[in-house]
Amino acid sequence: MAFINMKKKEVQVKVVYYGPGRGGKTSNLEYIYKKFRERIQTEMITVKTHGDRTLFFDFLPFDIGKINGYDVKIQLYTVPGQVKYNATRRLVLRGVDGIVFVADSMVIRKDKNILSIKNLEENLTDYKKSISKIPLVIQYNKIDLAEQGIPVLSFEEMEKDLNSVLKAPSFSASAITGVNVVQTMKKIIAMTIASIKQELK
Amino acid sequence: MSYTLSHEQLSEIEEILQHNLIDLGVHCVFLIDMAGNIIANHDNGESSHDIYSLAALAAGNFGAVTAMAKIIGEGEFSLLFHKGEKENIHFSKILSDYLLITIFGNDISLGFLRLKVADVVEKTNKILGSFDAE
Repeated sequence: MAFINMKKKEVQVKVVYYGPGRGGKTSNLEYIYKKFRERIQTEMITVKTHGDRTLFFDFLPFDIGKINGYDVKIQLYTVPGQVKYNATRRLVLRGVDGIVFVADSMVIRKDKNILSIKNLEENLTDYKKSISKIPLVIQYNKIDLAEQGIPVLSFEEMEKDLNSVLKAPSFSASAITGVNVVQTMKKIIAMTIASIKQELK
Repeated sequence: MSYTLSHEQLSEIEEILQHNLIDLGVHCVFLIDMAGNIIANHDNGESSHDIYSLAALAAGNFGAVTAMAKIIGEGEFSLLFHKGEKENIHFSKILSDYLLITIFGNDISLGFLRLKVADVVEKTNKILGSFDAE
């Protein structure tokens, strides 16, 4: 839920990267942080366990400059993907304005992707939000693994699994090498800002 | 869904924070919502904390503690306090959606701060009470 500060002429927008565990949500934020290091004034916050898995969330504030005279501050969050951390996932989703669903292209993760997007739908329902109405971009991550001979799902198959009803904008990507990471972020920011503008009309 | 506060409402809140907390010697104070957005903030001019990260972590922290409260049969813990060597953080919930976070040194007693925070909560309630964020 974006907060618009009329006094400071500032809009704060919350975008959450959601998806199954080890799918590359944190890697997306790390790539963005590295790529735009000179524009990001603060450190990326990350709450991890000893095993380097996200325990609570990662947080990266990102100023995108002025839109219609308002300073737009995008707050990028990730959720912990592991099934057992649903309570924390729900907490991070509170007040979300836009979502990037990061799916794992590996064939062995097919079912986990489907479970995770269903879990997203349920958690949004708890906040009286609908997955079909909230700004959403789907990213099929880890396409680089195909070059290493690891079996990956095709774009069409993943679309069928996750996006046949939602018809959200989607990208094949590689968070490690940076393929389509920035494009994914730009798309979700554009959709979220458009949605907020629409509300304000 | 987005929400906003008018220029007057924000000025009024900032005045309350300045008068009741910063003038008392508090280093930094900010009012956030449970999504982690900063609604208003004030500091003594010497504080240079990364308040956007603090707000995100504070909202998450408060949410986690509330979930803990529910497990042990409490509705919530409406007040939290973290003690450091030089800086301390005090959290106080306002209505169902907002959190007042105060950062202060050891020169202010916790009891006195709580008294002042209670005063701020009551005054801010009236302004924020006109609508609920979520």
